[in-house]
Amino acid sequence: MSGTGNREAVFATRQSLGLMKSKLKGAEIGHSLLKRKSEALTKRFREITRRIDEAKRKMGRVMQIAAFSLAEVTYATGGGSNLGYQVQESVKTARFRVRTKQENVSGVLLPTFESYIVEGNSDFGLTGLGRGGQQVQKCREVYGKAVETLVELASLQTAFVILDDVIKVVNRRVNAIEHVIIPRTENTIKYINSELDELDREEFYRLKKVQGKKHRDQEAADKEAKANKLLLGDDIQESEVEGTGDVLGEKEDEEVIF
Amino acid sequence: MSASVSKDRQFIAVIGDEDSVTGLLLAGIGHVTPPPNASKNFLIVDTKTGADKIEAAFDEFIQRKDIGILLINQHIAEKIRYRIDTYTAAFPAVLEIPSKDHPYEPEKDSVLRRVRRLFGE
Repeated sequence: MSGTGNREAVFATRQSLGLMKSKLKGAEIGHSLLKRKSEALTKRFREITRRIDEAKRKMGRVMQIAAFSLAEVTYATGGGSNLGYQVQESVKTARFRVRTKQENVSGVLLPTFESYIVEGNSDFGLTGLGRGGQQVQKCREVYGKAVETLVELASLQTAFVILDDVIKVVNRRVNAIEHVIIPRTENTIKYINSELDELDREEFYRLKKVQGKKHRDQEAADKEAKANKLLLGDDIQESEVEGTGDVLGEKEDEEVIF
Repeated sequence: MSASVSKDRQFIAVIGDEDSVTGLLLAGIGHVTPPPNASKNFLIVDTKTGADKIEAAFDEFIQRKDIGILLINQHIAEKIRYRIDTYTAAFPAVLEIPSKDHPYEPEKDSVLRRVRRLFGE
């Protein structure tokens, strides 16, 4: 019965039984470890999703303020698309950059962005030189803060995407071990046990048969010997009587020994 | 492996309307790679810009190896929503931002929708 179930293709030997047993043990340890890892990651994941929610709302507010600040600049510099054009054309190298760092959460590397400002070059030295230079300066600061918020949010989001993937993989492994590998190994162990029992019984039966055969052979041999004796009995009757006398004598001896 | 992959990602790209892009450029995120094959890391979208052009820019930005974060205005993201929904890679991080005329709606955000779905709301 256990032979028909889902099991690994092994020969039913004591060696493979030992192997299967250690495999089952390993699978159980691995399962508990992975389960714990998955729990730790999920905890982290929930925290991140909560923070993403908050950060997105914060971003909404910050961007609104920044847009307002830009509107102020447009008003101060005299309106029109002049400012936008000027800004776009004077862009050369990024002043505001990000770098990535790694953070380790239960064996998963989560990258986090960190913003930094390259000092010394400003592409917009002349922007708003004529009018509204102060507003432009303020706007730059406000947008700088807004971008910082965005960078923070981007780190959270990247962590979210990566954690999501990793949790899926870990959970898949946990489930595979729980529902496939462990039952399968248990099944194999059962199969090997039953097969070994079967072999034991067969061996026992064989031995019994052999013994029975020996017994029968002995009996047959005895009978034959008796028959032979009976045939020859008339000739050596006297000696037989003596023989029985001898047997009796031996018996007495034995009792003495005991 | 991921350390070396993410090491060079130091720029922030943006696809947005003129105001958003101007503001972000003022903050100093703009970068033009020196020629040959000069390319900007920002795209200004107005009412005349077609979805195919946006999508091309989006594809270009997510394929560039030096961009860590891609900002995109939410109302523009709406135009290539299918493209953003299918984008699942970690780098670069695609971030939907509100614009001046379009306030932020969490319901439309691809990532927030994933969050909602995961928690069964």
